Amino acid sequence: MYDFTYEKPTEIASATAILGKDDEAKALAGGQTFIPVLKQRLNKPTVVVDLAKLGLSGITVTPTTVTIGAMTTHAAVADSAEVAHAIPGLAHLASMIGDWQVRHRGTIGGSLANNDPSACYPAAVLALGATITTDRRSISADDYFQGMFTTALEQGELITSVTFPVPVASSYLKFKNPASRYAMVGVFIAKFDTGVRVAVTGASQSGVFRHTAFEAALSTNFTADAIAKIATPADGLNSDIHASADYRAHLIGVMARRAVAAAK
Amino acid sequence: MPHVTLTVNGKSHTVDVEARTLLVELLREKLALTGTHVGCDTSQCGACVVHVDGTSVKSCTMLAVQADGADVLTIEGLAAADGTLHPMQEAFREHHALQCGFCTPGMVMSAIDLVMSHPQGLTEAEIRHGLEGNLCRCTGYHNIVKAIAAAWPVMHGRELVAAE
Repeated sequence: MYDFTYEKPTEIASATAILGKDDEAKALAGGQTFIPVLKQRLNKPTVVVDLAKLGLSGITVTPTTVTIGAMTTHAAVADSAEVAHAIPGLAHLASMIGDWQVRHRGTIGGSLANNDPSACYPAAVLALGATITTDRRSISADDYFQGMFTTALEQGELITSVTFPVPVASSYLKFKNPASRYAMVGVFIAKFDTGVRVAVTGASQSGVFRHTAFEAALSTNFTADAIAKIATPADGLNSDIHASADYRAHLIGVMARRAVAAAK
Repeated sequence: MPHVTLTVNGKSHTVDVEARTLLVELLREKLALTGTHVGCDTSQCGACVVHVDGTSVKSCTMLAVQADGADVLTIEGLAAADGTLHPMQEAFREHHALQCGFCTPGMVMSAIDLVMSHPQGLTEAEIRHGLEGNLCRCTGYHNIVKAIAAAWPVMHGRELVAAE
């Protein structure tokens, strides 16, 4: 890894000031993606700003919302009885990210800022229509994700928390790569009184996306049968050594039907 | 050069490190605690697992500077001063849960966290799921799982009732 200057500010304003004035400065959250990237010399930051002392971890549950601080670890979300009660699909999703030791360090804010096209959290954020709060504004999930590794965040802008509306029912199922445990296809289904939202991760070349054909069918009839005959086009889906685009297109239907059946 | 002050196996150390130094490099190269191994170097194999403030983490995927002020426990800190093995080490020995031994330090550290964080009990499936971040290429895991189940009642001082 190339060397860098390390900063560990205790105030958000100090962190954003350092990050805002230097295009080559990078924020460090849990580091479970960023440190491997540094080790491979794929990134050469001048300054690494550790967000650990900004007081950004914690979970707040109300009858209608779940708010998770940006530095909250996957393990904390997975182990939260309150999250599991309010949004079962979200707690289950967190329990399947990486492995146990990765979940002890990796954070929701880091995952969302990175927006890996195979990451799990973007599926929950988009399907639940969460709001991403930063040091300067609130961003709706529909505006936040802008393609593979690309988000609405500006240089130096830091996610502080994510607020999820509590759905009537939810579930997340992923077909994981057995080595990396990233999603080859992951489907999050969120049922609200106003309709159903479906988000798919791991499949598309442009990152997480909403499956509007499934949403329309499930909003009328929330059963696996309702989407059994809806084919997902393979256009724009990833083809790699793990799965072809056609295979991923098929998996989207399989995982979505299983997710509907498992929703609670 | 940044200073890092941390407690390792009950002993306080202050070390000068480059910011890019990994925690495992600090342990092995600065403190000569070479029981913690580096296997894959890509956050997958778990040979480098240590406890930081009581929680198992991959020390190859954490900067030494991030551990400033932390309490770190490595494989060297488990046995008593008179050489008596920790119950998990003893269970690994008794159940032949190692062959080449390369993955063993990380396995033992993960296993101790797994047992301590499951005071209500552990099923075989939970043990196998809990080891997903540790790779062993010799044993096929079977005896490792047996050893962890055997260590649970010793560490908690009561019988492990299988819930499966």
